[in-house]
Amino acid sequence: MGAGHAHKLYKHGHSPVHALPAHCKLAAVFCFVLLVVATPREAVWAFGAYAVLLAAVAAVSRVPPRHLLTRMAIEVPFVAFAVLLPFVAEGERITVWGLSLSEPGLWGAWNVLAKGTLGVAASVLLASTTGLNDLLLGLARLRMPALLCQIATFMVRYADVISEEMRRMRTARLSRGFEARGPRHWGVLAKSAGALFIRSYERGERVHLAMLSRGYAGSMPPALGAGPAARAEWARSAALPVTALAICLLGWVL
Amino acid sequence: MHVPDGFIDAPVSAGTGVVAAAALAVSLRGARRELGGGPGGAGERTAPLAGLVAAFIFAVQMLNFPVAAGTSGHLLGGALAAILVGPYTGVLCVSVVLLLQGVLFADGGLTALGTNITDMGVVTVLVAYAVFRGLLRVLPRRRSVVTGASFVAALVSVPAAAVAFTAVYALGGTTDVSLGKVFGAMVGVHVLIGIGEAAITAATVGAVVAVRPDLVHGARDRLAAPLELRPSPLSDAEAPGAEAPGAEPRPAAAPADAAPAAAAGRRRSVRPLWIAGLVVTLACAGGLSFYASSDPDGLEKVAADNGIDKQAEDHAAEDSPLADYGVQDIADSRLSGGLAGVIGVGATLVVGSGVFVAVRRRSNSGAPVEAGASAASGPPATER
Repeated sequence: MGAGHAHKLYKHGHSPVHALPAHCKLAAVFCFVLLVVATPREAVWAFGAYAVLLAAVAAVSRVPPRHLLTRMAIEVPFVAFAVLLPFVAEGERITVWGLSLSEPGLWGAWNVLAKGTLGVAASVLLASTTGLNDLLLGLARLRMPALLCQIATFMVRYADVISEEMRRMRTARLSRGFEARGPRHWGVLAKSAGALFIRSYERGERVHLAMLSRGYAGSMPPALGAGPAARAEWARSAALPVTALAICLLGWVL
Repeated sequence: MHVPDGFIDAPVSAGTGVVAAAALAVSLRGARRELGGGPGGAGERTAPLAGLVAAFIFAVQMLNFPVAAGTSGHLLGGALAAILVGPYTGVLCVSVVLLLQGVLFADGGLTALGTNITDMGVVTVLVAYAVFRGLLRVLPRRRSVVTGASFVAALVSVPAAAVAFTAVYALGGTTDVSLGKVFGAMVGVHVLIGIGEAAITAATVGAVVAVRPDLVHGARDRLAAPLELRPSPLSDAEAPGAEAPGAEPRPAAAPADAAPAAAAGRRRSVRPLWIAGLVVTLACAGGLSFYASSDPDGLEKVAADNGIDKQAEDHAAEDSPLADYGVQDIADSRLSGGLAGVIGVGATLVVGSGVFVAVRRRSNSGAPVEAGASAASGPPATER
């Protein structure tokens, strides 16, 4: 189980942001994103201010900007979608560089781009500074139902195992000269998926029996890790959403 | 397709969040029953089994299925989860996958989590399971029926998610795109995705049914008796014979031994499958948008009548969706909607198969092998 505890986005470090309890960070990021979404899109400066806020947090966390920016590439499909919006939206048409664009569509594209980018940046920052187990513990401390937490824990713990199993099956297919080239080969791949399901389910049954033999009765022992967060830690993590709240209010007033 | 932040406005995001939370609460309770094992089970099997199934869905979403010309798609897994582990566990597993994708991989916005779970978790799984069970109830008890029913269930479930997304967008979309366009684009694209999803789901369910039919939750009661009696997967002399009557390609019991026979069967049956898929696509795109686009266009008309404020329009449309337009208008928009759907599907097929044919010609080494695949898309067959 040594390999399965760091995920792709995590960047190990010892900054003040890394040191904050996970549930404080989760709550802060969630409130921040909520405020960003609630900001009127006409307040263009507010989104610049949000970006500056996130950049400040990134600087404090000492996560390399390159790390953050490459991880934000997950957004690209929606950039493509946002670029389409001015062409299909309704409303007044204005002409920019010889193209007839819809003005509400331009605002909509800006809205999706700005809010989506800020949301992705905040999530990437959270995932870069928080380890997997910490995130799961944080979700548990934020009162996510215990059963749901257990399921998520199992999923995280076994995702790598199952992915590796799938990779081994792929190696086995390749070593037998199989190469999937089109829909005609879907049958083989689907059989692999079926076999993977059976193996996963049977592994689940074995894990369950192993847990029973160690005294499991439906609930996990209380998780190790730091206790409830101190007030100072809450205050420090609240810096981001409180500043964002001020910006959001100003955005509505101005 | 994961909805990012800022796509749906805050009140509707909160509303879908409440819906998703309620659905999760119900599913948690139901999953204990589905995975509980024996009558004395206190639901302690739920966590490990649902967790492993969620890990399976997470992994299988990374399994790439090549489509044509270097593009490939992957399974969404909602229908597969519903059929294999039941609706409650399915909702639970897909939702956990979405949650962790949002938190760990920044895939899908945090505020859009409720929308994503409602859309891709709840709607997909429930629609797929309802269709699957409904079909099993009216059709005879046969293994090929299970495969066929899972095909239809997956085929319907993906556009259903697109329809649900359009509904959410109608309530809280942040951009003033006409709902007819959103509906047409979403449903058109997702009907195509749904065909791939359906083929893969059906083949996967078929593979599981052949080996461990007791693990297919949705068909457990239908298939229990004959499959208990099967002595060994090696004595499957009836497998090639049994393949002939079923229209759907059906994996044999022992994949290693019967692979040539199964491959031959599949090669025969690829063409009708694709033609049927094309017909269903056109029917869905044309028929569905013909009938369903009157509402979105009505909303659009109300919006145009009432002025600029978006919130006010939404409420007006909610209160009286079909208040004041003429029959002429509806008929026109319906017809145009249906035609647009058909044209959209046709254009996508022509473009896609054009690229496919171009690339295939350039690398003509595998041309005879791929005859079945290129017959898949209708337009090139007519062009030749």
